[in-house]
Amino acid sequence: MAYYVPSTEDEQLEMMRAIGVSSWDDLYAGLPAGLLLEDLNIPAGLSEYGARVMMEGLASENRIFPSIFRGAGAYNHYIPSLVKQITSREEFVTSYTPYQAEISQGTLQSIFEFQTMMCELTGLDASNASIYDGASAAASAAAMCRARNRAVVLISEAANPRVISVVETYCYAAGAGVKKIPARDGVTDGESLAAMLDDSVACVYIEQPNYFGLIEDASELGRIAHSGGAKFVMGVNPIAAAVLRTPGECGADVAVGEAQPLGMPLSFGGPYLGFMTASSDMARHLPGRIVGETVDVDGKRAFVLTLQAREQHIRRERASSNICSNQALCALTASVYLTVMGPHGLRQVADHCFSKAHYAAEQISAVKGFELAHEGEFFHEFVTSCPMDSESLLRRLESRGILGGLPVDGGILWCVTEMNTREEIDELTAILREAVRG
Amino acid sequence: MKLSFEKSRQGRFFPLLPELDVPERKISSALTRAGSPRLPEMSPPDISRHYSELARRTHGVNDGFYPLGSCTMKYNPKINDEMANLPGFTHIHPLQPEHTAQGCLEAMARAEGLLCEITGMDSMTFQPAAGAHGEFTGVLLIKAYHESRGDSARTKIIVPDSAHGTNPATATMTGFQVVNIPSDGSGCVTLDALREAVGPDTAGLMLTNPNTLGIFDRNILEITKIIHDAGGLCYYDGANLNAIMGVARPGDMGFDVMHLNLHKTFSTPHGGGGPGSGAVGCKSELARFLPSPHVSRRGDEFFFDAPSRSVGRVGAFYGNFLVVLRALTYLVTIGGDGVRDAARNAVLNANYMMKHLSGIYDVAYPGGCMHEFVLSLERLKREHGVSAMDVAKSLLDFGMHPPTMYFPMIVKEALMIEPTETESRETMDFAIAALRSIYERALEEPESLREAPIHTPIRRPDEVNAARHPKLRYNFD
Repeated sequence: MAYYVPSTEDEQLEMMRAIGVSSWDDLYAGLPAGLLLEDLNIPAGLSEYGARVMMEGLASENRIFPSIFRGAGAYNHYIPSLVKQITSREEFVTSYTPYQAEISQGTLQSIFEFQTMMCELTGLDASNASIYDGASAAASAAAMCRARNRAVVLISEAANPRVISVVETYCYAAGAGVKKIPARDGVTDGESLAAMLDDSVACVYIEQPNYFGLIEDASELGRIAHSGGAKFVMGVNPIAAAVLRTPGECGADVAVGEAQPLGMPLSFGGPYLGFMTASSDMARHLPGRIVGETVDVDGKRAFVLTLQAREQHIRRERASSNICSNQALCALTASVYLTVMGPHGLRQVADHCFSKAHYAAEQISAVKGFELAHEGEFFHEFVTSCPMDSESLLRRLESRGILGGLPVDGGILWCVTEMNTREEIDELTAILREAVRG
Repeated sequence: MKLSFEKSRQGRFFPLLPELDVPERKISSALTRAGSPRLPEMSPPDISRHYSELARRTHGVNDGFYPLGSCTMKYNPKINDEMANLPGFTHIHPLQPEHTAQGCLEAMARAEGLLCEITGMDSMTFQPAAGAHGEFTGVLLIKAYHESRGDSARTKIIVPDSAHGTNPATATMTGFQVVNIPSDGSGCVTLDALREAVGPDTAGLMLTNPNTLGIFDRNILEITKIIHDAGGLCYYDGANLNAIMGVARPGDMGFDVMHLNLHKTFSTPHGGGGPGSGAVGCKSELARFLPSPHVSRRGDEFFFDAPSRSVGRVGAFYGNFLVVLRALTYLVTIGGDGVRDAARNAVLNANYMMKHLSGIYDVAYPGGCMHEFVLSLERLKREHGVSAMDVAKSLLDFGMHPPTMYFPMIVKEALMIEPTETESRETMDFAIAALRSIYERALEEPESLREAPIHTPIRRPDEVNAARHPKLRYNFD
């Protein structure tokens, strides 16, 4: 019996007889003979146990760092047990996109709850069911803001470079222009932005906090964008969003972000979760799945996929996006995380990040040569200069079980979350001191 | 059922973090939001029960037969999930130095090697997160290829009218015009229409084979030749690869670039609509355009490099890495023979169901099928007023997920059935019997089918109301 195939050989023969064929080859008689393979050059199956040994071997080739001071788009946060248990339930894991509402109320309601939570976090009116990741969400936001005569995207130079790169790829695809707004002292320069705005600009994209961890004057940048007739798009960190002024309060038309911090492990970069919310006048331009509330024939509350006239399976080449599968299970993960945390727990995570990052910044910047690169307020990431070759410093940290900050232009980008204890921070600082002494 | 917000009680909070061990710092109030987000405040037992209730209202592959055509809802082996959740994978930061993530890089390289062998492609990226994302990436390679040759006149992508909606939507997103060409009665490409459509403006063709009627287009070599002779490239939509993996390869059919749905063909779960993985494979001529970064090998060491004329990134990191691990686990568990056996049994099961149902319903294209087939309920609709929707909804009361409805669009009142290889004959016999009894009921008491379903958590929802008066979030006021 083949793996995961329940039919016994006898049953296979009986079924072949029932359909009037006598061999496997007969089933493929419709294919040109020249296309039929002899054999794949793939080794025989290892069995479940053999596969386990191989995969565990690969996992052991990776280094797990007990202490992580690196973020830059992927963040190490505490994941409560409830999150892992609930999101492992086979009903959630093995179901398809909820096209059949009658037997998909669980998935649909969880997305509706997710949409509500994203609206609450961002202070905007409508949310979709998710996008692949924060970077592709930013690119999709730019696409939804483009109009026939306004196609250019202005993106802050202080945004995550990987996000900028994905926005550029999507704009290349659509034949739309991208220009970078210069940064000054680590934050988006409003004067430069004002000078760049003209009738060709579709939208302005900034991040809060930005790539260097700094808190932008988003309200002012939004005001400038709108004064030039452009839409204002904010990419936000969802943990910081618990405490910072919301995109809604800052006048954003669209908010996007990477929701990996909401209960998803680092996982070498994925699966992560892009989220996307919009003001009510932009809601019908949102790409992807959207769940709405209605009633069934008996008047009972029901949830369905709605506003589908925007989507590829209905509109084909006139669709606003080709997105089909998204990151539903990750959206469930984020909503379980936010439910477990509640408003107080989420606030506590944000407060711990902020306090610990500031403690770390003080300790690190007290070491000779590690000055803070920028003056502005930051959330849980900050850049310091580095008085030595950063690679050799990072190797030294590595040998002590610490994944140090990420080397960037002008120094090192550090990240501190609720996972970093004072002891760890003090040890990191001590190693930096040693390194400076030589 | 109540929403979590309606179960919330102010002040319910349980601490998950230890006390703050550094001096507390307050964010300046000038920077903070006016109020807290109104998240639910619930206790752990109530949260557990809330989601258990939601799980009971969700039908997964584990809950019953799921013959959803074009979606390949096969069994998701549990070892895959367990291996993907090893801390040696989940605790790895995507920006760790490469020498500390050799296991991750090697896993991607191994998966690439196996999947290239199965598809006949030379190189592969895992950056796309889903099938449509893969299409976007693959068609971008076609765009970059023509541009690299200074061939700016190639502005059109040819798509048969039997294609998935993502194909034409993808062509538009990548800046191409779509040329729709008609299919014949079996959903296959009409060669004359194709010959007429191609020209110096042809950038490429997007094709699914077997097509969306479950028929293998036997003119495939001629089709790809027509495109190549016109100077275009051929894109293979891998949605239906489950029919032929280990038996025939898109790379041998003349395709230049393609995507796989690891969440369909390679047994990783669908998660209620993702995360999937839309791996994109291509021939060596296109490899230099792949998204950056791409895993390479030097001796025993794996590292990331940037293809020389990369179209750029399509995602922040390396795609849905844990999904790739699941597919790799599947492949090494079942091996080359297992891959072929999966395809063969998928085709056998589909033909078995089609044979038994063809005596009851009208099959859109009689004769043999590949891994799926399409019924047309046009006659039932005309003569008894019972639609494909009514039959699909009636199946819900049998504890079954219905087939794909109203697709492909070239078949009226379509029901598209894909049993997959992981279903037993008993399960299929049960489904056949259910469809037979529904047919009989359609003749005797058609109005009862329009009432279905009866025994599901909700009955038919009012979708028109949902779209006309969109209620897209909970209203707290």
